[in-house]
Amino acid sequence: MNRATATQSLSVSFTVGLYGTAFGAASIAAGFSILQTCLLSLLTFSGASQFAVVGVMGAGGSAISGIATASLLGIRNGLYGLRMAPILKVRGLKRVVAAQVTIDESTGVAIGQEDLGIDAMKQGFWLTGFGVYIFWNIFTLMGALGAQAMGNPSAWGLDAAVPAAFLGLVWPRLTGKFERVLAASSILLAIALSPIISAGLPIIATALLAAAFGWKERT
Amino acid sequence: MNALWLGVLGTSVIAFLLKFTGHSIPEKYVSNPRALRINTLIPIALLSALVGVQTLTEKGKWVIDQRLAGVAVALIALSLKAPYFVVVVSAAVTSAVLYRL
Repeated sequence: MNRATATQSLSVSFTVGLYGTAFGAASIAAGFSILQTCLLSLLTFSGASQFAVVGVMGAGGSAISGIATASLLGIRNGLYGLRMAPILKVRGLKRVVAAQVTIDESTGVAIGQEDLGIDAMKQGFWLTGFGVYIFWNIFTLMGALGAQAMGNPSAWGLDAAVPAAFLGLVWPRLTGKFERVLAASSILLAIALSPIISAGLPIIATALLAAAFGWKERT
Repeated sequence: MNALWLGVLGTSVIAFLLKFTGHSIPEKYVSNPRALRINTLIPIALLSALVGVQTLTEKGKWVIDQRLAGVAVALIALSLKAPYFVVVVSAAVTSAVLYRL
């Protein structure tokens, strides 16, 4: 057991887990029940996808557009799985568990341990995966209970906290001008399309922008 | 089953299948650089779009209200490298104060 890896896993797990409060509150504000909110964290277990489905459906979008937006955001977990599989080398039930905890954070910590060897990478993946899972679910329940006690979400600023939470998630990815132009174009396109096509679709439509931006190699 | 349940269960099933598929596909089949590039850009586009829609629209209409001020404060907090918690709370406080005025 590598101590540095364990410490990093735990601190990432706790910090990220805290955001579960924001999700719990957002989900209740969007009209989901406490049970539905907790099931999203237990079963979907992917922050961006969870925020997306409650955000889209809370804004009046259909279940299909909510699921589609959430699923597009979940695609990257599949790619993380692809990256982690040759490191973890697990089968059967263990592979099922590994898949469920394959998210930004577990993959991020694992990749960060590359210099310490493959055992540290595995350790980072499992500790962070389980750690985030535990904290994320505890804090989701707390956020859901808290929001239900609060009443009108606007009076507590939840209507701005949710987009701010998303902005905070996407911010570290806006590393260069290219990413910032893509982000700004996506915002403009989605807002422009909002009065025209049904809720949820304007967001999914920006995946086409991402495809257009990524089509050609940048030099 | 109502729409919210469909959303919860549908999202969960697909989220798991996406993760599990990644763990089960041999690496050699998906190393196309274009697919990799686009896949790193998709979350940026979708999350940004979501921020825009949640800040400036309501039920398909353009609306400018206290949310925009909250998110603007969040943007300032982020550019000052504030911790995530501060970003979210400052947005909430700004928006709540304006709402109650």
